[in-house]
Amino acid sequence: MPVQAITPDYAGDIKDRVENFHGNQIVYVGWDHHLMFCAAFAYPLPPETPFRTLLEEVMPEGFSLHPEWDRIDWDQATWLLDGEPFTPQLDVALKDQGVGHKSLLRFQTPNLKGYQDAGV
Amino acid sequence: MAAKKLNIKDKYRLLTRDLDWEFSYQDRNKAFPFEEFEGIKITDWSKWEDPFRLTMDAYWKYQAEKERKLYAIFDAFAQNNGQLNISDPRYVNALKIFLTGVSPLEYQAFQGFAHTGRQFGGVGARVACQMQSIDELRHVQTQVHAMSHYNKFFDGLQDWSHMHDRVWYLSVPKSFFNDARAAGPFEFMVAIGFSFEYVLTNLLFVPFMSGAAYNGDMATVTFGFSAQSDEARHMTLGLEVIKFLLEQHEDNVPIVQRWIDKWFWRGTRLLTIVSMMMDYMLPNKVMSWKEAWEVYFEEAGGALFKDLARYGIRMPKYADIIEKEKEHVSHQAWWTFYTHGHAAGFHTWIPTDEELDWLSEKYPDTFDKYYRPRWELAKEMEAKGERFYTKALPQLCTTCQIPMLFTEMDDPTQISYRDSIYKGDRYHFCSDGCKDIFDDEPEKFVQSWLPVHQIFQGNCGGPDVEDILRDYYQMNVGVDNMDIKGSPDEERWKKWKGVA
Repeated sequence: MPVQAITPDYAGDIKDRVENFHGNQIVYVGWDHHLMFCAAFAYPLPPETPFRTLLEEVMPEGFSLHPEWDRIDWDQATWLLDGEPFTPQLDVALKDQGVGHKSLLRFQTPNLKGYQDAGV
Repeated sequence: MAAKKLNIKDKYRLLTRDLDWEFSYQDRNKAFPFEEFEGIKITDWSKWEDPFRLTMDAYWKYQAEKERKLYAIFDAFAQNNGQLNISDPRYVNALKIFLTGVSPLEYQAFQGFAHTGRQFGGVGARVACQMQSIDELRHVQTQVHAMSHYNKFFDGLQDWSHMHDRVWYLSVPKSFFNDARAAGPFEFMVAIGFSFEYVLTNLLFVPFMSGAAYNGDMATVTFGFSAQSDEARHMTLGLEVIKFLLEQHEDNVPIVQRWIDKWFWRGTRLLTIVSMMMDYMLPNKVMSWKEAWEVYFEEAGGALFKDLARYGIRMPKYADIIEKEKEHVSHQAWWTFYTHGHAAGFHTWIPTDEELDWLSEKYPDTFDKYYRPRWELAKEMEAKGERFYTKALPQLCTTCQIPMLFTEMDDPTQISYRDSIYKGDRYHFCSDGCKDIFDDEPEKFVQSWLPVHQIFQGNCGGPDVEDILRDYYQMNVGVDNMDIKGSPDEERWKKWKGVA
């Protein structure tokens, strides 16, 4: 049963349906083993946004405060999209490479171990 | 003829059980429409044993007496400028969280128990719930009065009920109680009466009331004493509810177990905020969160669940994860607030060197390895004049609504990510516990009012964070928020104490 309700066939109002975001979709981006940022960041972006825009124009504001940000070699970085291995195509729209509403992107930089090599 | 005085037993019967009546021409099920839809089977309400033998006349008398004493102390506290006797102005920030995050829950408890006090078919249970309902109303009132004195001297206490309804991190306690109140009356009782009041409440009250005592806050500690006898009654009610449900019908056992699993998990997630208060916000420490957890959950709770085993009830699911989390959650939570200090309605700070050493001592297996480096980084940035405030909004857990800050317990530098797909949409969770709760009742949790998403939907004003804080949350930007260093709270304190 999808809910224990006194009303028969009760259905909830889906608060975060993509239509409610005025043309944007939500994309989460997290940097694994870098807990200077307590959680992944949430970004409202048009689904047509090319990956390059996300990487070069959206992410730096939040992530660049990390002392290792400038040292990331993006050719070496690996990605997960919703838990599956993923190779971003920089000039393709998010929606055309499977990055959907409320998708989670995680990237790994195995050579960078965080501040004091402590995963920070 | 002079009225004969009733003996206690008769008086008790007349003022509780005798308040019920038979339904001779109305359908009883229509009088108590909430009683069956949760699947709980009650075969005989008369088997309910009243957990405390209290009648309304005695209740008013006791409470009025306690009230007189309590308000005499509040008056004395105010007249003697009691705010000057606290340990350190940082302490008041714990009160700000209490007033905005916990006191409104007392009000929600008042509403919730009033509902169950109407809807249970058994009169004994109804009367007990009604008394608890009035207690909860008393608690919110006395807490507000205990803390109102601080509002004259410190920032951030001015608009607590408005903030409770809107501020991002306060959606955590608010949605917790909304979930319980939107459930049926039996789940509400297992959620609040048993899991929270009985199993977890000491973990809230000990830090606050002992914390208040250790930090010179006479007003709050006196509130705590005044609430203690009420709390003792609430605990007995919570335990009676569980035993009654389990004894009534064996089919109730799996339902109750599922609720225990759910509410124990939700409760521990909610207590994350208390863990950080104990470890980081009390200038004079009572004990570490880990120690409190061991005493009040592992020892006391362990004995309780041993006792409940004869009904077929086992330890709450994921208790093993929680046991490991006691080493981590306070550090992860305070870091989250420190890095979001620009968007909080209270002040945050880097622990002093002495406090960092205390944390190392209390958390020998985790603090130096995982958490001290974060504070080293924060210090380094602060020294450069770049006090670290996060510049983007965090991903939230759909169930507990806490930022997804919790880590895997076998890999504490990796955020724990879980998700589910429901009706084509993806939902994210901080843990298996929160994912299970969603998967069990997705139609309920698709309605989560997640503050970050609400901001992105344009429902909280904006567009900038500062606009939201000022206009939607009604915070005094630059006064209520930011680091305690250089805050008006700190400036005033220094002036009162005559230090530069």
